[in-house]
Amino acid sequence: MDLKTLFKPRTVAVIGISLTNDRHPANVIYHKNSLRHQADVFPVNDRGGALHGDTVYTRLSDIPKKIDLAVIATRADFVPGILTECIQTDVRGAVVISGGFAESGRADLEQRLVSIAKEADFPFIGPNCLGIYSPPYVDTFFLPPERLLRPERGSVALVSQSGGILVDHMIKFVGEGVGLSIGVSIGNKALIREVDLIQYFAEDPETKVIAFYIEGFKEKEGRAFVLAAHQCPKPIIVLKAGKTAGGTKAVTSHTASMAGDYEVFSSVLSQYGVVEARDEYELISFCEALSCYQNPAGGRIGVITGSGGHGALAVDNCYLHGLSVPSLAETEQADLRGKISNRIRPIASLSNPIDLTGSAVDDDFVAAAKFMSKRQEIDCVLILLLPYTPGITSDLAARLSLLLQQENKPLIAYVPHVEKYSMFTEGFQLNHVPVAHSIEEAVHMAAALGRLQPC
Amino acid sequence: MLNEMMVAILSDSKETGWVLEPEAKRFFSLAGLSIPKFIWARNEDEAVRFAERVGYPVVAKIVSPKVIHKTEKKGVAVGIHHPERLIEEFRRFRQIEGFQGVLVEETLSGIEVIIGAKVDDQFGPVVLLGMGGTGVEIYRDVALRMAPLQQRDIESMMKCLKGHKILEGYRGSPAVNSGELTRLLMTFSDLVMDLEERIESIDLNPVFCSSERCVIGDARIMLKGISDWSLRDASPRSRIAD
Repeated sequence: MDLKTLFKPRTVAVIGISLTNDRHPANVIYHKNSLRHQADVFPVNDRGGALHGDTVYTRLSDIPKKIDLAVIATRADFVPGILTECIQTDVRGAVVISGGFAESGRADLEQRLVSIAKEADFPFIGPNCLGIYSPPYVDTFFLPPERLLRPERGSVALVSQSGGILVDHMIKFVGEGVGLSIGVSIGNKALIREVDLIQYFAEDPETKVIAFYIEGFKEKEGRAFVLAAHQCPKPIIVLKAGKTAGGTKAVTSHTASMAGDYEVFSSVLSQYGVVEARDEYELISFCEALSCYQNPAGGRIGVITGSGGHGALAVDNCYLHGLSVPSLAETEQADLRGKISNRIRPIASLSNPIDLTGSAVDDDFVAAAKFMSKRQEIDCVLILLLPYTPGITSDLAARLSLLLQQENKPLIAYVPHVEKYSMFTEGFQLNHVPVAHSIEEAVHMAAALGRLQPC
Repeated sequence: MLNEMMVAILSDSKETGWVLEPEAKRFFSLAGLSIPKFIWARNEDEAVRFAERVGYPVVAKIVSPKVIHKTEKKGVAVGIHHPERLIEEFRRFRQIEGFQGVLVEETLSGIEVIIGAKVDDQFGPVVLLGMGGTGVEIYRDVALRMAPLQQRDIESMMKCLKGHKILEGYRGSPAVNSGELTRLLMTFSDLVMDLEERIESIDLNPVFCSSERCVIGDARIMLKGISDWSLRDASPRSRIAD
């Protein structure tokens, strides 16, 4: 199945246009695409007519161009017929927005769509979904553009069974400066499912990280998913809903009782190197961290800070998450002590965590970062920045980012997330260094980079 | 890996929905795994003759298609040192519902682990390793992996257990033979892949692991589509010990 044309169409037909109601999903989709996106878009409605002066086509075959993508937003009963018409007129794929299928007791109708599509090798997303947000080509979300925030172009492909969760996360991406390559709401995922999307995004040059919100898998689909994920060279992140479900099923063995659905899900994901986000905050922060660094990093962490407390909390969290904070040799510490400013030389603690104290200046942080980044025994550096200490300037974040990139070692920063310190946050983020909201989150990001086996 | 005799054991148990312990042990023995010396005794004489041969102390357990959780029905007696006690336990078991004899076996020693399998709806066969015994569901110190297991999966499963220090030899007690435990898990994992269509879950609990070997102390195979729903237990809480 060719998904590329589906996700990057040049021509789009929107089927189910209303001539009387501009709030109709099909109308919203038609207008936003004709005004804002690159694909040529054509409205379709079996009664024809005109919409704001544009011709409404009664049939797909009347459209003067060959259609790459059909967006179907009609009543469920009409969808099988429209799908057949798409196939007959050589449309390349469809998004079925319409609800009223398996989710409302019409599994039979959904199965008809699948049979029609499979026979013709015709890809479709949905039904019961928002579809594809793929700027600059197309946006099939029936949400008025003035109500949305648009994430920057970036490298994360976000796939969700739930349209609402997808849009929510896109909005949070904007807040965190995380870039999106594409957003796909797969709804009932009758035909195209997570496994197909792993295979497609593994090859998509614009995508570096693939993130999923998953409610459930069909029989044995989980196995296919982790095996596909294992083959995929790009990091994969999963947020699972329904962690606490179950308990209703009768069990007669210890194993069945202890190997509940979620326990198995979580264990098998990490067995195959898939990063599990435990909540939506982790999903966003792991997307941010893994879009900066795709190569797995080891679990030996170097910590640089200006406060003993920050260092201590970071160390605690590292060990809780199976990471280590190896101490640095005395001779090496002496070497670094020679490079920092006179003022902090007698008071700085240089073992790891490196605590440069509240009297440190930019150059001290740069010296410590340079030193830490060259250590063989350190896989990843955490910098916990206190932007309120008097000796540092707002240039520091960008200087540190560029320095660590030079040494090719992952850097994760923590800066208190308030408006006042946005120069620091942006200094890191614009230089592709992930910034955590808390010390703990910085450690979680480091653990996610490791994609370590469980425990 | 499944041979005709093993398939026959499963087929003969279809009606019960699960495999009685003596048959389950024979099943795993046919797969090349270690089981204790045992007899499925139909009367007191058989039981005593076996015990004399294998040496006291012995363990006696009820064999009944109506009793899945033997401990809860007071169907297990350990540390039997003389024939009088063995006969006494035999007579007591005879009163338990569905009595079909008594399993008498040698007393094993070693660290108790649980090895289990489940055919998961979403992921297919998965294997569980945990610290075993009657308290498994209290401590829940277990690791789960999708089968078939690789060598690295087995290493990480052992490392994942809070009890891994006990397996490695704690305070002067010898470490378990990790080669034997690995071999057992590998064989079990391959077996589970072959059994996917036939089983719901398997408990080997406990498995006694010593510095020399790992021996299956008890085995329960739950077959797919258990017909007798009275055997099903809707509340996991009530099965904490068994």
